[in-house]
Amino acid sequence: MIPGIVLLLAGVAVLLATALPGIALGGRAAGRRLVYGITLVVCAAMSATALAHLLEPAAAPATAWLPLGLPWQGAHFRLDALSAYFAFVIGLGGAAASLFALGYGRHESEPKRVLPFYPLFLAGMNLVVLADDAFSFLLSWEFMSLSSWALVMAHHQERDNARAGYVYLVMASFGTLALLLAFGLLAAAGGDYTFDGMRATAHAPAGAFLVLVLVLLGAGSKAGIVPLHAWLPLAHPAAPSHVSALMSGVMTKVAVYGFIRVVFELLGEPQWWSGFLVLLAGGATAVLGVLYALMQHDLKRLLAYHTVENIGIIFIGLGLALAFDANGLPAAAALALTAALFHVFNHSVFKSLLFFGAGAVLAATGERDMERLGGLIHRMPKTAFAFLIGCGAISALPPLNGFVSEWLTFQAILQSPELPQWALKIMVPAVGGMLALSAALAAACFVKAFGISFLGRPRSDAARDARDTDGFSLSAMFALAALCLAAGILPGFVIDALAPAMQALLGERMPLQVGVNWLSIVPVAAGRSSYNGWLVFAFIALSASLAVVVTHRFASRARRRAPAWDCGTPDPDPATQYTAGSFAQPIRRVFGTWIFAAREQVEMPPPGSTAPARHAGVVRDLLWDWLYAPVAGAVSFAAEKLNVLQFLTIRRYLSLVFLALVTLLLVLAIWP
Amino acid sequence: MMPELLAQFAQMALVLLLAPLLTGFVRKVKARLLRRRGASLLQPYRDLLRLLRKEVVLAENASWLFRAAPYLIFAATWVAAALVPTFATGLLYSWTADLIAIIALLGSARFLLALAGMDIGTSFGGIGSSREVMIASLAEPAMLLVAFTVALVAGSTQLSTVADFMNSPDVGLRVSLGMALVALVMVAIAENARIPVDNPATHLELTMVHEAMVLEYSGRHLAMIEFASFLKLLLYMSLIACLFTPWGLAPPDAGPAAFAIGAAAWFGKLAVAGTLLALFETAIAKMRVFRVPEFLGAALMLGLLAVLLKFVSRSL
Repeated sequence: MIPGIVLLLAGVAVLLATALPGIALGGRAAGRRLVYGITLVVCAAMSATALAHLLEPAAAPATAWLPLGLPWQGAHFRLDALSAYFAFVIGLGGAAASLFALGYGRHESEPKRVLPFYPLFLAGMNLVVLADDAFSFLLSWEFMSLSSWALVMAHHQERDNARAGYVYLVMASFGTLALLLAFGLLAAAGGDYTFDGMRATAHAPAGAFLVLVLVLLGAGSKAGIVPLHAWLPLAHPAAPSHVSALMSGVMTKVAVYGFIRVVFELLGEPQWWSGFLVLLAGGATAVLGVLYALMQHDLKRLLAYHTVENIGIIFIGLGLALAFDANGLPAAAALALTAALFHVFNHSVFKSLLFFGAGAVLAATGERDMERLGGLIHRMPKTAFAFLIGCGAISALPPLNGFVSEWLTFQAILQSPELPQWALKIMVPAVGGMLALSAALAAACFVKAFGISFLGRPRSDAARDARDTDGFSLSAMFALAALCLAAGILPGFVIDALAPAMQALLGERMPLQVGVNWLSIVPVAAGRSSYNGWLVFAFIALSASLAVVVTHRFASRARRRAPAWDCGTPDPDPATQYTAGSFAQPIRRVFGTWIFAAREQVEMPPPGSTAPARHAGVVRDLLWDWLYAPVAGAVSFAAEKLNVLQFLTIRRYLSLVFLALVTLLLVLAIWP
Repeated sequence: MMPELLAQFAQMALVLLLAPLLTGFVRKVKARLLRRRGASLLQPYRDLLRLLRKEVVLAENASWLFRAAPYLIFAATWVAAALVPTFATGLLYSWTADLIAIIALLGSARFLLALAGMDIGTSFGGIGSSREVMIASLAEPAMLLVAFTVALVAGSTQLSTVADFMNSPDVGLRVSLGMALVALVMVAIAENARIPVDNPATHLELTMVHEAMVLEYSGRHLAMIEFASFLKLLLYMSLIACLFTPWGLAPPDAGPAAFAIGAAAWFGKLAVAGTLLALFETAIAKMRVFRVPEFLGAALMLGLLAVLLKFVSRSL
């Protein structure tokens, strides 16, 4: 039997090789089918391999070494429970995206710019979770960033896409720089760049603090932690929709993996303040992400902002796990980490589903702006149904999967009065409130997203003439929708599958769920809390069917179609409907007045004038104004000042060189 | 197994049977307070029957979602109501969902209702949905914080366990529970579309929230939605009763006598709660929509303070 790590590396090699037919046959339909067909099969196989490794009882971590990279070091790879879990998520997301793209790729205007990079992007993500030394990790990380950047730039001639690509490139470089420094600090203690060497050495608190901050900046900027999220809602929607799904659903999870790998494993014993920092970042990210999303009218950008929110939820779980682990409460830490990792899976499934739906809408109507959609439930009933399931799952509605991971996170929060530190005692309830708030706002946001795009009457000709999408796309969406339901009604299996990763990272796991009566989940003890997804599902299904049967059998089944009532004054003009902007107005007014400096400007013409009155809602991104704009200003200011250096005489250059040499020698002489 | 199953079904049937009566009772008390005679206590049943027998008039562009939503809303609310301990704790399926899941079930019902309001594409449906989600975005977190508070006091999110704990002598008077009670009552008023947040009797278009969403519904669909809102009122009153006045609740393995006492106590609590609601609604005026966030923001802050107190001190 071939070990899993070898199979996965072989899969990566096949993916890398698939770029060649992508280049050669990029313009033809056969090339599209070939590339997406290969990636579908390979990703499905890799996902299955990783799952088999994860489920295998007492599987030891498998390692591999390849003579690539640095000559004296080579490239180390390792497959343990954590990387197997993430490889499973990547494989699943990749397979679904490839299946979707088999149909969706037909609408691609620039296939030559997409097909070569798509398999490379998949290979890069897989390599990150398999890497076992700092060099291979950073190289794969950068490979993943650059290949996804190329995909973001596929439609570089469209408005705003070039800027999105530029911001993404800057932020990705910044993130890699932070990670590079973090690994430098980690390796400094032992002088070894392999992860094994880093695991073996102890790290001083000051160094550990720096590493934590650097990883939070590096992995956090890739994942979309506020305030490093600025690139994400620009870049994710700019890519073709199946790539958007991969970037939002899967690549952010690779960043989460990087964070877990470094902070939970390489850094050794955590300190309580690391939990505090991560909780702060997670809570702020969750609430701000969903509030930003509520202000968006672009369907894909709304979804991208929701990724920010969900990353916040995941980091809340990670922060709780760190806080518990630092205080010697491994059982509670296992619960919190399980919640976070469960949410990783859930988010990758429903976010991919939602991006596929948005892609199908985009292909059918050519519109991403919700203000020009509407009534699609009639034109695209199947897409609408799958999208609705995704909306319910991301809004954490039972019996779907999003609810289970949020429920587990809430259960973890309820364990935390045990924590001794005062800062955590005050932080955790506040974060609990933020999590509750973001869950409620997410539901509001997806009522808006689904209600404006799919319900009501069409707001444009394109929306009125839309047709449902092709079979490949639909089967990808329905497969993910089925997973949303399956993971929601049978969550115990997912929790048990995660147990080996908990055992490896924390030395403790959640109680075994498979044996619990009626397949309930019991995170701590039966008297404390339990939830049974499939019974809730069955009860709702039974009572709803009962209600239908009773009313139709014993009361009335008559039905008549008539014009809408609308209090007696129906207006045939679809412009009289609520728009996305008007739907969000109350929430904008309640939450947005100080977060977004939201204002409503009314311009009334003077009496007697026939000029139109104008009403405009103004929303500003204060983070951008206060953080990014000053930094960008400082950089261009410095560049302008340093510009003088380009026009010096040779004499001055030589004296500068001399001065630099003297300074460096002085530093060396004084250095202890 | 059999008696427990029977008790569970009895609860499901009881909440269904009593919900319209409770609404009729509240309406009756309100009418008497206004020195009107008021409609009969049974009027809600007659209304439901009348609606059920009528034909459904569907708007021309209503989708399948519009037709499926009433049944799903009714089912989710019914399941949630059946999981709250009313006359007995520890019923057969009480472990299926804890308080957090019950809140989320109500959230599912609201999600569908808000979508149904937008399905026809009228401005009134949109206004109702938009305001409903704004109210819910503050009410639901406040409710979750209340759930955290009672869970931290009782060490469980299971309503049966919480009710048993609240019945035991080691509860005592606690500041955090007091705050949670006030917050929960405020949330209950908002979630049930009662004055001062919304007016269940209004038909003045611009002030409607709940009524605006269901404006296009008729016949059996409207009956289902009305029934769900009756159930929701009963659910919130039973929830407040079981969390803060759990006296008389029958223990898990009780006999028929204990069940009878529990049921009598429950009826009494509902009557008291209904009278209080009617008194409150008569004494207060409806507030403007943009005052509601302040009202619910207060509930949210009370909930947060209550949780914080529990984190700071075990005894508060």
